[in-house]
Formats: sequence, C-alpha cells, structure tokens
Amino acid sequence: MPIDQSLVGREFPATAPREVTEEHVRAFVEATGGEYAGQVPPTYPIVLTFDAMFGFLDAEKIDLFRIVHGDQKFGYERPIEIGDVLTATLSVGAVRQMGGADILRTTSEVRDAGGALVCTAAATLVHSGGDA
Amino acid sequence: MSTELETRTYRVTRADLVAYANASGDQNPIHQDEQVARSVGLPGVIAHGMFTMALVGRAVESWTGPGRVVEIGCKFTKPVVVPEGDEGVEVSVAGTMGDAADGRASITMVVTCGDEKVLGAPKAVVRA
Repeated sequence: MPIDQSLVGREFPATAPREVTEEHVRAFVEATGGEYAGQVPPTYPIVLTFDAMFGFLDAEKIDLFRIVHGDQKFGYERPIEIGDVLTATLSVGAVRQMGGADILRTTSEVRDAGGALVCTAAATLVHSGGDA
Repeated sequence: MSTELETRTYRVTRADLVAYANASGDQNPIHQDEQVARSVGLPGVIAHGMFTMALVGRAVESWTGPGRVVEIGCKFTKPVVVPEGDEGVEVSVAGTMGDAADGRASITMVVTCGDEKVLGAPKAVVRA
C-alpha cells in the first residue's frame, strides 16, 4: 500500500472504549520503575494512541516493523483519572517523502465517555523501506 | 530567571522493557530480542522511545508533583541500548524550570544515556 497524499486529512474510526483501571495504570507505572500512588502518568495515553495507530496501520496494510517513532507530544485539557473511559481517534495531518522514507504526521484525539476532549496526542511516524 | 532542578537518574533493564511492552501493548521485538534488533541494523535491544519519555514524565512529576502536566513532548533522536542483565543502563534527566507566566511554567530538559543525548528538545509545560 503506497503511502501518499491521499491519506492527508483522513480520519480513522475511534478505538473501542477503554477503561482506565488502577490495575493497568499500576502496571504501566511500575514498568518504568515508578511507584503507583493513585495518579495516571502523563505518557499513559500512548496506550490509547497505540490502539488507534494499530487500527490505522491495519486498515492501510502498513507493517508495524517498518514504523519508527519520530516524535511525540501530549497536550492536556485535564489530567486522566482512574475510571475514565476513553477512546482515541487518529487523523493524518501531513505526509511527505524524505530519503526513501514516508513521514506521517498524525494526531489522535483522546476523548472521555461524554465526548469531551481530554488529551491531544501528536506523533510523527517514519515509515521506511517497502517496495511501493 | 530560571531554576536548575535536581537531576534524576533511572536504571533501565531488559526486564523493565518486557514489563513495559506488556503494559503499553508495544510488543515490537526490537525492544526484547537481540537477534531481531541486530537484524534491522540496531546495535542491540533498545528501549521503547515511549519508555524513555515515561522517565521524562516521571522526572517532571518528581519536581512538580503529580497531575500538573499540561504538555509534554520530545523527539526520539538516539536509541537507548539496554544490555542484558540486572545492571542494565542508566538514563539521566536534567531539567531547568523557567519563570511562571499565566499560571504555567516550562521545563526544558537534557536526557542522556552515557555521554549521549537520546532525546531531542524534551520539554514539558506544567501548571505552576
């Protein structure tokens, strides 16, 4: 599947709702050596945006192993809390080619059960190689 | 005026990467399997970029307290190579906090592994 300008502006379906549980946040915090104290760490929504990215890669037949993470940014409307039920919706903002790689600018909006925006996650994904 | 923050140093082991893969859902084998990592030209098993960014988040919250981050971001510029064994590798996060304006303050950081900077322009904006 060639990655080209036709992707720009495309919005992919929202991920299945995911509840933020104490158990999962604890595992996430402890994996990075931290001590869970009831709060959700600021990089936690990557879990949601990974779901969204997998959906996008699958829909476009892009191989995960060809993807490298170029950059990542999270902007918060409010902190995430235990018990939140969240979805992420990914859209492609820009695509350019550089040195044989496709560089995709993506934005994922993380929303709560009421539809309110909680966090906006922007990522650059570098797709290399391929036989397109 | 800006304030130097106390540098935080964190140890990262292969076991941490496995735990993080399970918790985050990112099971890319380059973060767990030496052979696969080398087969794609990496010097060895590398930490997830998001693992290193999680350490940045940890450092920021250690300085400001939890739940104050309004914005956090970085570029992933150099891999953090994690050797086998309990020793692992150390990642250091040095930070400088700028003056608060409109209830917000910026923290710029330098994140290193050995002598190398591993992240580009790591920055957080926090509620002051």
